[in-house]
Amino acid sequence: MTSLDALKSDLLSLVSGASDLPALEEARVAALGKKGRITGLMGDMRALSPEERKERGQQLNALKDEVAAAIEARRGVLAKEALARRLEAERVDVTLPARPEAQGRIHPITQTIDEIVAIFAAMGFTVAEGPEIEGEFNNFTALNMPANHPARQMHDTFYLPAAPDGTDRVLRTHTSPVQIRTMLAEKPPIRIIAPGRTYRSDYDQTHTPMFHQVEALVIGEDIHMGHLKGTLLEFARAFFGIDDLPVRFRPSFFPFTEPSAEIDIGCSRKGGELKLGNFGDWLEIGGSGMVHPKVLENCGLDPSRWQGFAFGMGIERMAMLKYGIPDLRTFFEADLRWLKHYGFVPLDMPNLAQGLGR
Amino acid sequence: MKFSLSWLKAHLDTDASLDTITDKLTALGLEVEGVEDRGRELAAFRIAHVVSAEKHPNADKLKLCMVDAGTGELVQVVCGAPNARAGIKGVFALPGAVIPVDGSVLKVGAIRGVESRGMLCSERELKLSDEHNGIIELPEDAPVGASFAEWRGLNDPVIEIALTPDRADCAGVRGIARDLAAAGLGTLKPQDTSPVPGSFPAPVTVRLETPGCYQFAARVIRGVKNGPSPRWLQDRLLAVGLRPISALVDITNLFSLDQARPLHVFDAAKLRGDLLLKPTAEGDSFLALNGKEYACPAGLVGIYDDSGMVSLAGVMGGETTGVTEATTDVVLEVALFDPVMIAKAGRALAIDSDARYRFERGVDPAGVVAAVEQATRLILDLCGGEAGETFIAGAEPEWRRTLPLRPSRVAHLGGVDVPEAEQVRILEALGVEVRQDDGRLACVPPSWRADIHGEADLVEEVLRVHGFDQIPATPLPRDVTTPKPALSGTQRRVSLAKRALAARGLLEAVTWSFVPHEVAGLFGQVNPDLKLLNPISTDLAVMRPSILATLIGAAGRNAARGFPDVGLFEVGPAFRDPTDKGQDTVAAGVRAGAAVSRNWAGPTRAVDVFDAKADAVAVLEAAGAPTANLQVTRDAPDWYHPGRSGVLRLGPTVLARFGEVHPSILEALDVAGPVVAFEVFLEAVPAPKKKGGTAKPLLVLSPFQPVDRDFAFLVDAGIEADKLVKAAKGADKALISDVFVFDVYQGSGVEPGKKSVALSVTLQPVDKTLTDAEIEAVAGKVVAAVAKATGASLRT
Repeated sequence: MTSLDALKSDLLSLVSGASDLPALEEARVAALGKKGRITGLMGDMRALSPEERKERGQQLNALKDEVAAAIEARRGVLAKEALARRLEAERVDVTLPARPEAQGRIHPITQTIDEIVAIFAAMGFTVAEGPEIEGEFNNFTALNMPANHPARQMHDTFYLPAAPDGTDRVLRTHTSPVQIRTMLAEKPPIRIIAPGRTYRSDYDQTHTPMFHQVEALVIGEDIHMGHLKGTLLEFARAFFGIDDLPVRFRPSFFPFTEPSAEIDIGCSRKGGELKLGNFGDWLEIGGSGMVHPKVLENCGLDPSRWQGFAFGMGIERMAMLKYGIPDLRTFFEADLRWLKHYGFVPLDMPNLAQGLGR
Repeated sequence: MKFSLSWLKAHLDTDASLDTITDKLTALGLEVEGVEDRGRELAAFRIAHVVSAEKHPNADKLKLCMVDAGTGELVQVVCGAPNARAGIKGVFALPGAVIPVDGSVLKVGAIRGVESRGMLCSERELKLSDEHNGIIELPEDAPVGASFAEWRGLNDPVIEIALTPDRADCAGVRGIARDLAAAGLGTLKPQDTSPVPGSFPAPVTVRLETPGCYQFAARVIRGVKNGPSPRWLQDRLLAVGLRPISALVDITNLFSLDQARPLHVFDAAKLRGDLLLKPTAEGDSFLALNGKEYACPAGLVGIYDDSGMVSLAGVMGGETTGVTEATTDVVLEVALFDPVMIAKAGRALAIDSDARYRFERGVDPAGVVAAVEQATRLILDLCGGEAGETFIAGAEPEWRRTLPLRPSRVAHLGGVDVPEAEQVRILEALGVEVRQDDGRLACVPPSWRADIHGEADLVEEVLRVHGFDQIPATPLPRDVTTPKPALSGTQRRVSLAKRALAARGLLEAVTWSFVPHEVAGLFGQVNPDLKLLNPISTDLAVMRPSILATLIGAAGRNAARGFPDVGLFEVGPAFRDPTDKGQDTVAAGVRAGAAVSRNWAGPTRAVDVFDAKADAVAVLEAAGAPTANLQVTRDAPDWYHPGRSGVLRLGPTVLARFGEVHPSILEALDVAGPVVAFEVFLEAVPAPKKKGGTAKPLLVLSPFQPVDRDFAFLVDAGIEADKLVKAAKGADKALISDVFVFDVYQGSGVEPGKKSVALSVTLQPVDKTLTDAEIEAVAGKVVAAVAKATGASLRT
């Protein structure tokens, strides 16, 4: 028996002394391999009597199990150590930058239009469009601006060669021709907004020859100026995210509306800084009015039955006011530093569920 | 339009404050653009007497003045003005005054060791003029200690309003006063338009031979003395920035600004014979009052005497027949011209005058005669003389019209209830004749309101005077709480395209729709119908045929600023022709510089055609195009590299183009290459099929594992990879679910003129696991199909 005890302590010390996995494997082979010492003793049992063999077998099996368990335990420890060494060796400098990826951005004009559309969509408006090269009828005549009308001269119009029928072709000076197209194509009630590019021959610090407007047109049987005010009030408060933002109407003149009003929103200019809100001062954001009976007539609508309102606003101006962009001309320079700074992340699609303030 | 408060009060009897008046003007639609209150600004400046002026003890050019400013004691002031001397009167400021020119506050100072307790001012310091060579010298009778502003007539606030083009009547102070009176801010004072009898027959007659003049009154006044006009008249003109010239000229200016009725006076001695109004003939010229010679085109309204053209009617009088200080006999002209003709003349000769401004907006068609009487009376008052009888050619045009107003219309259109009696009061205060007519109001607008044409105009007048602020904000009625989508399918595609491209790392730009002519020419033939007739500059002259015409330049500008790695896109218009159908909505983009910029983790890579192809396909995918069915052809237009560009199409329909930009285009635009670009035609993308509603086709998944097999083919270098892929796909449509190219190789080991194309073929069994024999059979079919279609052989 003492020889087995000696063997056991010998083998266990071999196992515990194995400093790495190959050494442990060597110990296993020495103990349990084909020519291992326990395996050898098992073979020697053939010479024993059945009773002796039984007893000897139990002893050897117990020894074998104990050694095998010790090997497994040791293997676990060594594997853990080996993994720790590998992980230590695999260490990298995580302060290094990730692989370069370009960050795209949405232009403030697109974002602003999308915000405006989100608000008016909730009020039941749909988006209408029209071409940017227009005939004089849609751009002027139908809007109650006959040739020689002083308002026509005030528009600083870009002209293209005349159409084959001799009428002028122009770059639309406002989005209002979309009103005409809509009324000519659809039966009332009508509720549309029309954002888009517009053009006037003017280029200085506050004017660019191309800019964007959004037009709204609502036609029904009982649409009145109070609805115009209500719509603009709701819009302005939602767009700027100011719950008590006041809206003021100032009588004005546009050939295509009667009565006509300019739209002011409340602001403060104290200390040379513009701040929107209910502060007593006023800032103009657009023109509006009740659609002129002649415009309705020009579009084949009976003005004794149909009436409604229209308004227009400059998109860039709205974007500048909301997002604090100082210079109109920079909108069109495609300077990538500007686009990255003032642009919006692409998945930030404006909708009322998420809110419109960025 | 500018006027002073005292001028307004000459017509309006009111005790309203300046602030009340300006607020009401804006509320009436006469938007106040500014108020200049010199009286407030100059309140601290007094008239002072320089009692003595000695040389400064420590400076040669400075003087030590003792000044009497009426404060009861003499004040010591150091002054550097060359004209500072004993005995003169000047304008004096005590410490604490704010100097208008720079807003600085005057302090007690010591100049070269001598105390100075105030300042004698120059005109520039008070913002009266640019004069700064010396201090202001006032006449001897200027009262010492009095307010300088008050004494000089500067304590009269000047109001400037922005006039909308419909309000011709408010181009005169009287019209403004009438609006304010209607709004309850006082009463309109009466004017004396009673006749001044003529004492001799009219010596000058007038003939009208043009429809551009409706009525022309001429009256000769003899024996006038044309000296300076009186102080009150000069003050009014000075207040609004006009220089007083002489009594007669000042009177014409006064009528223009006060009554919105431009007048003219001729020196009768310089006129030859009678007056004739007729259309100008091409080349007719006259020397205008502004000293310039104008040659007229044919068809304007000219005023002629026997010597030729003397005046351009309604725009500007002639220098040769103008009045001077020596004038003794004048012909007073009060006329009514066709606004369209005046606007045409003003535009043709590029003359902006107060007369044109009023005539082209429309002068009151009634009251030519009344104005003759008013003007005659003023001329006789200020210049003396004797008036003859008035010669009148033409007649007052018919302007009376009766417009019905349903009182209920104010609430129905305006959204606010105004009692009928108040409606009538407002309209009558504005000069409208109102009479009851079977439940309606029959309204005759006054002669000076040519802008009132119908019921809506009358409603506006009532609302405007009643106050737009009285209109309650009313929410729009809503038929449903959840409205239909606002965007159409095409509009949604535009939105998706933009956000897809931005998500791919491109920056959205918005660039001009117009380009220089030579740039347009780089992108196909320039359509002459797309050239602006009046471009703002040659850089913005032709509607762009492609968005790339502006985007490539934008990439170049960014590179020139030191940012060569550029990815820009724009979704906007490109123009083929000027018709409604000639404008395409295009999503276009450019990439320049590095696609993968320098980094520690791997090599850099310049942009190439496949970046542009990926962008184009991504847009099409976002727009809902069936991208799996796209064909690629090599017929991209000339602005692309002929060997590195392609067209994505569905049969004959071109959906997109992509490629490297042609080096000659880059050279012409002065942009360093390579630059790659794409253009996607969003309207060409077929609309999704509606049938079957929103449900997607059922997804059938196979329970059996797919098997991948790789093949390397040797094929002629000119054969396109797509041919091999298509042939392989067609080898067994039931089993082969995917084929893709994973390697293309030319070089050592491949004979010249050939290339090796490696395909990965995925077999997707649907009813059982494939046996090796079955797999081998499909592989054999693939090899045979590819060989047949392309002449390729399996590489061994």
